[in-house]
Amino acid sequence: MTRFSKSDVTVDGVRVQVLEAGQGRPLVYFHGAGAGRGFDELLPLAEGRHLIVPIHPGFGASDDDPRIDTVLDYVVHYAALFDLLKLEAPVDLVGHSLGGWIAAELAARNTSRLASLTLVAAAGIHVKGIAQVDSFLQNDEQRVRAFFHDPKRAEEMLKHLARPELEDINLKNRTTTAKLIWQPRGYDPHLHKWLHRIDVPTLLVWGDDDRLFPKDYAFAYQRLIPGSKVTIIPECGHLPQAEQRQAFVAALEGFFDTMKVAA
Amino acid sequence: MKFFNFHLMPYRHADLDAIEKHGTAWVTYSNRDYDPEKGAELYHEYLDQMELADRLGFDGVCLNEHHQTAYGMMPIPGVLAGALARSVKRAKLAILGRALPLLNNPLVVAEEYAMLDNLTRGRFIAGFVRGIGAEYHAMGINPAHSQERYAEAHDMIIRAWTEPGPFQYVGKHYHFNYVNTWPRPYQKPHPPIWIPSQGSSSTIRWAAQMKYTYAQTLAPIAVVAKFFQLYRDEAAKAGYAASADQLAWSNTIYVAETDAQAIREAKPHMEALANKLLKMSTEMLLPPGYSNIDSIKRIRAAKVTGKVQTCEDLIRAGVIIMGSPNTVREKLAEYQDLAGFNTSLTKTQFGTLPDDMTRANMQAIAQEILPHFRDRLPQGKSQAAAE
Repeated sequence: MTRFSKSDVTVDGVRVQVLEAGQGRPLVYFHGAGAGRGFDELLPLAEGRHLIVPIHPGFGASDDDPRIDTVLDYVVHYAALFDLLKLEAPVDLVGHSLGGWIAAELAARNTSRLASLTLVAAAGIHVKGIAQVDSFLQNDEQRVRAFFHDPKRAEEMLKHLARPELEDINLKNRTTTAKLIWQPRGYDPHLHKWLHRIDVPTLLVWGDDDRLFPKDYAFAYQRLIPGSKVTIIPECGHLPQAEQRQAFVAALEGFFDTMKVAA
Repeated sequence: MKFFNFHLMPYRHADLDAIEKHGTAWVTYSNRDYDPEKGAELYHEYLDQMELADRLGFDGVCLNEHHQTAYGMMPIPGVLAGALARSVKRAKLAILGRALPLLNNPLVVAEEYAMLDNLTRGRFIAGFVRGIGAEYHAMGINPAHSQERYAEAHDMIIRAWTEPGPFQYVGKHYHFNYVNTWPRPYQKPHPPIWIPSQGSSSTIRWAAQMKYTYAQTLAPIAVVAKFFQLYRDEAAKAGYAASADQLAWSNTIYVAETDAQAIREAKPHMEALANKLLKMSTEMLLPPGYSNIDSIKRIRAAKVTGKVQTCEDLIRAGVIIMGSPNTVREKLAEYQDLAGFNTSLTKTQFGTLPDDMTRANMQAIAQEILPHFRDRLPQGKSQAAAE
């Protein structure tokens, strides 16, 4: 299988890492708050495509940008990064969790660079009366367990994350995440007003057993984004790309195929 | 040495077994356990104790601020300070709270403190804190903005007290077209400012540079001595010699006829405080962004939360002093000389300690301890180091 190549890009004075694999139509993936475990699970999407995973400022190997306090600041950052990348065609934009929130904010403002939008277990809106795990009151182990439907998968992830060299990255990711999502907790109270402006094909992919952003969030997004489709993946928690990789990839490929047919 | 009667005002009727089972008395521990009739009695009991401290010759009384917890019933300490401003006749009145970053308009603290300074005709001491991590869970304020908001709020309050208004304040987090605080503080240029902290080196440095009194919260005396030395070093770097009056140690003292009796009487009440009311997870105490990553790593590695500590452990470590009058005098003198402070912020009530035992303790401290320290200054090496 193909591998990621890593490069550094300086966006508006801030050095960020960009992972790339494959060639073809650009697919940009906005990662979630836990960027410590790598992105190899996405590589099947690079078959016949140019898969681009930019690491957000303040996460992983990217430098921090002290100007970024809100998710909207990331929308400005990505407008600049898209300019720099000189993308040859409209982008299939995929965002997971926090990255889904960034993608939704970006798309609600301007879809001129987008071919499609896929939100996976996305934050960004609030649904009243739905119990959500408060990840800030959980320790590292409890938090990882809450991500997965299958406790065995959580065990594997815990083993992977126990490596001491990841501690600095994890703390950096947690600090940036708190800055962005602490209050209001994981949503922008104004986003829902503008989601109706999204006019590209939109897919909403959720785990059936997501305890951070339960599947009610998928249906709430569906009501707000005209024409959007929902795919619920069974036996799956908050990380469909990791816990049910085949079903996740199949959902996205199926969605991209229907667009080809429509075109 | 000066003695302040420092009260946490715990809800001492809390269901300790339920707290143990729930894992904490903070934020997520339900207020169903609060009985308003018992709570009302407690407020009066505790305020009566503060008034007794004044009559017994304590130099000051000291209030605290915490939110959504059985640990302390003082989310708005100004209410109790208002109640005490006229009944405490002689002693100073200190609020070692107002967690500035928790407020969306910290100018209310400039107003509240100025009112208290007027009401007490200049007996007020103004504390500024960030609040512990649990407060950021409880109050919905972003811990990653805590330090910035504290710095802005502090600057704005000092300017409100010292610059003629109205003026405009424009920061990153706070924006006001008109800052024009009425009343102005009674003391000139403003009430003394005290900075309580768990021992952050950046806070100690800043307090020393500002010549603010630094108050060290709950810590073993050897650690307290280290932090106070850091304060003196930072003061020296800033071009002056810090006085022992700028250093306050927050402790617990319990006096009985013998050491054994003191420990026997105080033990369950002290351990209820240390192991039940104070207990919280690292995640609650230290949310991401509250401290810089190096401090968080240090604290996580030390595993400070969750350790069960006996009364004897706390005495041995010099976190608290308990015993016969003679033992308490010896220890306090030893610790004063070791750490070089001249103010003792003393909890005479702690945990579940009932009213009669608290009052007996206060009487004993007033008779057996206070007179021996009235004119005593720190002696020995730490004082020499400061000079």
